[in-house]
Amino acid sequence: MYQGSTNTRNSIWQGIDWFTIALFLIISLIGWVNIYGACYTFEQSSIFSFSNPAGKQFVWIMSALVLGFVILLIDEKVYDVLGYIFYAIVIVVLLVTPFLAHDVKGSLSWISLGPISLQPAEFAKCFTAIAIAKYMSRYGYEVRSWRDLVVPAMLMAVPMLIIMVWQRETGTALVFAAFILVFYTQGMSGKILGYGFLAVAVVVLVLKLQIIPDEWLSKVFQPHQKARIEVVLGIREDPMGYGYNVAQSLIAIGSGRFLGKGYLQGTQTKLSFVPEQHTDFIFCTVGEEWGFVGTFIVIALYVTLIIRILMLAQRQRDTFSQIYAYSVACILLVHFTINIGMVLGLLPVIGIPLPFFSYGGSQFWGFTILLFILLRLDGSRVNKLY
Amino acid sequence: MISNKYYNRAYVIGGIVIAVALIFIGRLFYLQVIDSSTKDKADGNALVRQPIYPSRGLIYDRNDSLLVFNQSVYDVMVVVREMKSGFDTLSFCEALQLTRDQFEARMNEVTNRNRNRGYSPYTPQLFMSMLTKEDVANLQEQLYSFAGVSVRKRTLRDYRYPAAAHIVGSVGEVNRKDLERDNYYIIGDYSGRDGIEKQYETYLRGQKGVEVLMRDSKGRIQGSYHNGELDYPAQSGTDLHLTIDIRLQLLAEQLLSGKMGSAVAIEPSTGEVLAMVSAPAWDPHTLVGRQRSKNYTALLNDSHKPLMNRAVQAQYSPGSTFKLIQSLVGLQTGAIKPTTMYGCNGKLSQPIRCTHSHGSPVSLESAIEQSCNPYYWQAYRDILEQHGYGPRNATFRRTYDSWRDMVVSFGFAGKFDSDIRDQATGSIPRAKTYSKIYGETGWRAITIRSLSIGQGEIQVTPLQLANEAACIANSGYYLTPHLVRPLPDMPKVVRHRTMVDSVHFGVVKRGMARVMTNGTGRHYSVPELNMCGKTGTVQNSHGKDHAIFIGFAPLDNPKIAVAVVVENAGFGATWACPIATLMMEQYLTDSISRPELFDHLSNTQLITP
Repeated sequence: MYQGSTNTRNSIWQGIDWFTIALFLIISLIGWVNIYGACYTFEQSSIFSFSNPAGKQFVWIMSALVLGFVILLIDEKVYDVLGYIFYAIVIVVLLVTPFLAHDVKGSLSWISLGPISLQPAEFAKCFTAIAIAKYMSRYGYEVRSWRDLVVPAMLMAVPMLIIMVWQRETGTALVFAAFILVFYTQGMSGKILGYGFLAVAVVVLVLKLQIIPDEWLSKVFQPHQKARIEVVLGIREDPMGYGYNVAQSLIAIGSGRFLGKGYLQGTQTKLSFVPEQHTDFIFCTVGEEWGFVGTFIVIALYVTLIIRILMLAQRQRDTFSQIYAYSVACILLVHFTINIGMVLGLLPVIGIPLPFFSYGGSQFWGFTILLFILLRLDGSRVNKLY
Repeated sequence: MISNKYYNRAYVIGGIVIAVALIFIGRLFYLQVIDSSTKDKADGNALVRQPIYPSRGLIYDRNDSLLVFNQSVYDVMVVVREMKSGFDTLSFCEALQLTRDQFEARMNEVTNRNRNRGYSPYTPQLFMSMLTKEDVANLQEQLYSFAGVSVRKRTLRDYRYPAAAHIVGSVGEVNRKDLERDNYYIIGDYSGRDGIEKQYETYLRGQKGVEVLMRDSKGRIQGSYHNGELDYPAQSGTDLHLTIDIRLQLLAEQLLSGKMGSAVAIEPSTGEVLAMVSAPAWDPHTLVGRQRSKNYTALLNDSHKPLMNRAVQAQYSPGSTFKLIQSLVGLQTGAIKPTTMYGCNGKLSQPIRCTHSHGSPVSLESAIEQSCNPYYWQAYRDILEQHGYGPRNATFRRTYDSWRDMVVSFGFAGKFDSDIRDQATGSIPRAKTYSKIYGETGWRAITIRSLSIGQGEIQVTPLQLANEAACIANSGYYLTPHLVRPLPDMPKVVRHRTMVDSVHFGVVKRGMARVMTNGTGRHYSVPELNMCGKTGTVQNSHGKDHAIFIGFAPLDNPKIAVAVVVENAGFGATWACPIATLMMEQYLTDSISRPELFDHLSNTQLITP
């Protein structure tokens, strides 16, 4: 009897990579506990109370778990088959967002749905990854010259530009550069990667040294865009005080020393009002309260998670899943690098969250979808025959 | 496993991950294990970021006379968490001249999250606001002994004159919407709430500075952090020059005191608003400081609606002042000529009777002089009927709309794209609107005859009336009326042509000059100033007629165009005309030759206070 024809589907639960799920849960839990710490004042008692953002984050985490469970139940073929349609829908939503958005500190990326606010840009990463994976896994596709990368680069650039120019949310847009690393894993010349790094360095240097006359820049950029670029490059200090935030953050982390001050004992992160304390600057709460031990563990957890995903990528049997897996790894890598680099004063202040860790429903849901689609794709690889 | 010749590239990415992590761990090891300077800083020291408030831009009038400036006030701030150990409440109360009960009550208010939404025991909270220098002098001397207490210097607005409140507007605390929309503001900041203060907020406010200070474990300031490396100086706001002439403004406000109404004066050659008065008004001093909200509520509840800027928000039928527009449109369309004569039967005229007695038939100039209603009814009928009615009234409706377009080109039925806030649009119905009411074929010139004399469905604002006078003074164009001399980075003032050619304006201007020598305005004219004008008396459903006057002076090369409306006063010639001629005289000669007229008008109360 021909054995192959039986092809009975394995239970989805057998194929799931529980190791990744465990990492995901540990990171989320540590994040949640630290959000509570960052916003803790002595009058508040419960970690579930809505007056502390941790209470809301708990709801986001729980709902994300349900969402993740649902994703695991959905047939994985959906993503390959409907990839472009998902992508088109996301682009339309991104375009429409500024019309519905309420202006939050100059950015037009937040939509209110009743009591909750969502940032569609956080979901765009996932569906861009699917579209790029679909295109690059076409039969016979191979990166032979730069021409083969024109379409994937467009798929990357369109949401990036919409988010940067139209929604005025530069930080989130920059994350899309992660896909350049994905192109590299699929055969883009390492030279291009090298030149890319070089080009960024040159542009930064040219702007930083202010070689280009001011009037030229004023013709290309709106005043607020120019100001933002100057702030990011450190030419101009932001009057709202990002320089102050970083100084505070360094003192807080440094004062944690080797073992930290103990949970909820950090004074530095509380004694002065830093608005991003529980979102983009959450890592400095870890540094203050858990010390070097805490920061080391958190960094180790992220390194393990990203390397685990790279391993998943290598073991995929179809190109679509593989490219998607690389996308997830690279997106997480970029977030991890920019966020912690910013908190440690190594990179300019670019407001993007630490995945699964910072407070915020959109980013938590966005990353959960990103990760669980990968787990679903990976879980069913055993059913694919080659 | 799929064959992939780039399999090894995953290791490159993995290598990047490890490299980044190693850099981070190295940095953390340095910060948290090796370098102990941060520990010293944090060991009891915390950073405080104190905003440095810039002084708000000053406001001058057109002749560089200072109108709005700043006064210093002081806020007492407390950080509740730092006050707890051994706080000397008694001497604190003494320094601020508070009783113990007042202190407790105020502290309860500060720490009650329902009353003070932004409360946090870690950040400075407003304890008492807007104190004078004398009030805080005692406290400031002993400030070092009160941990957690600081004094913040702020500036409030002050005014040279109790005038121009509607124009300048006021400054108040930002609300939650402002905070969301503009990250420049933090809770407790002030911003322009209305008028020029709001319109030019981004110019006037300047740029806040920041001072980063270190404080010790007891909350006492130790000095600046990193030698002020993170500090930024504040930049003062930009000064503004209004186009207003404050002497003219003051005169007009006095003339309109005790009345409901408004006056607007414009320099025709520039569109600069010389005066803009809405009565009743308030003294801008009353909306400053601790009394602001109480006084604002009183103004809000006043039945005379003083907060409404009648000069731009009140809408009236223009009455006989609209006859000037009818004349010009009639000449432009060719329906009438300067020599065209129409008959007038005085009080017996049909369908609109004449309110003045004069000879018959009348020419255009005499019709303006005598404000002859029958002339304008017949002229309007001829404008609208000159191409006939056409099938299903279509030609007539088209003619009506082209009449409307010409009228609108004088600045009616729309807002000026200008720094004048809260303008009402006014309205002149389209043919569509009448067709909706009467059916497409159900209306003719006779149906809308009230429009011929500026009654009926036409609504205009006093600003639009002043602009009408400016259009005529300029013989066919106007510059957008505005209140502030543009700064270099603001758009230039735009010149708008009316749809009536300049050749037609001479006869209308001569008619307006005759109004002031022989007609309804003759009693209040100043002959050597060659004034031109037109009175109007507007029937309305809310009591006595509104008195209206528009005019300009002098006839050749006009320097000022005015419109005055006095609500429920009676004849335009009796109430609005003298106010307008006094204003023109004041502006042109910098004096008034008729003090008894001034006294009489400014002492007349037409509303009960």
